[in-house]
Amino acid sequence: MNAERLISISNLDFQYGKDLVLTNINLDIHEGDYIGIVGPNGSGKSTLVKLILGILKPSGGCIELFGKDIKDFNDWERIGYVRQKATSFNPGFPATVEEVVGANLYSGRSTPKPGTKKARERVNEVLSIVNMEKFGKRLIGNLSGGQQQRVFIARALINSPQILFLDEPTVGIDADSQRDFYQLLEIFNQEMRITIVMVSHDIGVITQKVGRIVCMGDGKLLCHPNSSRSEISSMLKKVYGNTMDLLIHDH
Amino acid sequence: MMEFLQYGFMQRALMAGVIIGILCPMIGIFLVLRRMSMIGNSLSHVALSGVAAGMVSGIYPLAMALAFSVAAALGIELLRKKYSEYAELAMAVILSAGLGIAVVLISYAKSINVDLFGYLFGNIVTVRSGDMMLIAVLGSLIIAFVGLNYRELFYITFDEEGARIAGIPVKRVNLLFTVLIAMTITLSMRIVGALLVSSLMVIPVATGIQLAKSFKQATLLSVVAAEVAAVSGIIASYYLELASGGTIVLLSVALLMLVLGVKSLLRNI
Ligand SMILES: Nc1ncnc2c1ncn2[C@@H]1O[C@H](COP(=O)(O)OP(=O)(O)O)[C@@H](O)[C@H]1O
Ligand SMILES: [Mg+2]
Repeated sequence: MNAERLISISNLDFQYGKDLVLTNINLDIHEGDYIGIVGPNGSGKSTLVKLILGILKPSGGCIELFGKDIKDFNDWERIGYVRQKATSFNPGFPATVEEVVGANLYSGRSTPKPGTKKARERVNEVLSIVNMEKFGKRLIGNLSGGQQQRVFIARALINSPQILFLDEPTVGIDADSQRDFYQLLEIFNQEMRITIVMVSHDIGVITQKVGRIVCMGDGKLLCHPNSSRSEISSMLKKVYGNTMDLLIHDH
Repeated sequence: MMEFLQYGFMQRALMAGVIIGILCPMIGIFLVLRRMSMIGNSLSHVALSGVAAGMVSGIYPLAMALAFSVAAALGIELLRKKYSEYAELAMAVILSAGLGIAVVLISYAKSINVDLFGYLFGNIVTVRSGDMMLIAVLGSLIIAFVGLNYRELFYITFDEEGARIAGIPVKRVNLLFTVLIAMTITLSMRIVGALLVSSLMVIPVATGIQLAKSFKQATLLSVVAAEVAAVSGIIASYYLELASGGTIVLLSVALLMLVLGVKSLLRNI
């Protein structure tokens, strides 16, 4: 493994008040990875992602982003994020797709200045990556769930991130859109060389799509990206019960 | 025609009305979309207690109202962070406290002040040049702040967590914005009255949102709706000798009804 190490987590602990939510998490993410984080509801997947994104502060341990301690890190435009329930905004919100996507240009120092012609071009560029270029002037609340999800992915792509985090992005999206969505992620990972970390509790699908699986249960990492298929399989069995056996296979 | 323009008080009232017609919906659109409309109602009652305190102590009432409402705004922002699940309750408590203090101070003063009536319901005759200056100076500051931070406010309103990750100093913007709400309410009290100021922050916005095809349009149309109501309301209250606040708010309700009616007619054709 000689790809660049983008994220390195060691001995990470986190608690909400007195509740210990994550204990002793160790995880490395390398350039080009396509990782799926799976685990039951409440196992701490979203919390882990929020810690990596600096939304929450660790109670112990450390997180390095692009070789820098998270406290000294400020190249946030290198990281894209589509949060859990991104599409659960107020559906009557009067904002166009272009306005929603363009708002995210704020963070980027190397990206075009908001409000300029270049910025508008960049918005159209990312919308066409997700096949939504025809919907720029539409109100976001009038789109279908799958279309909204693609808009939020475009928004996360606008600063050309090197790594993209997606938290349960397929929840509430019909089967056809889900297929398109996984195809899109494959293009991101294979052609655009974007590292992808995707959270899901739907392990049936995700184990077939991603390169490697991280499995969480009860605030602990039960298996790592480097675990063998049989280790993962037995872990998943432990967490979910026996039925998962069939779903783990090499591709 | 237009003979009202020769009176100084009408010139001041209209000028103040035009500024308030920009301020209220500009602040209001963010409040409505963040489902925080209640905060305007709470702060206006606190501002009223400031007016009463000013009258009792002989200090310029608008300055006292400004101090009281800004302090309450900071308090609400603090409570909102600490006890987010009780935000609604905190607003109700602050509203009651504000109204309670106002009533106690007024009864203490033992004289029913005509001026106080103006602060409650809006009275264009009582807008003095000092008030006018305050409204113009602070109003321009508020408009400038919202203009300069428009994108940040939009992002926070649409998705607060996303805004934080995008590097927007959400806490600082929220805090400043809350202070601006208090200032807007205080400035608008002279024309619209404490009891109705939050309506002028909400109703024109509702009208604007009905018609808008983007956020920018929603903002502009809300301002247009508020201006129509404020200017025609002030003129109507002059001719009909009515309290300006009620006239303005009723006109803005009428405008909203008109828009809703026309919209549903068009849909049914
Ligand atoms: N804001 C919060 N305050 C307190 N506890 C929380 C909060 N958010 C999540 N938790 C708790 O942290 C644990 C992990 O939650 P989360 O990371 O959202 O799990 P997952 O994403 O795997 O479903 C859960 O037990 C949940 O109840
Ligand atoms: Mg989650």
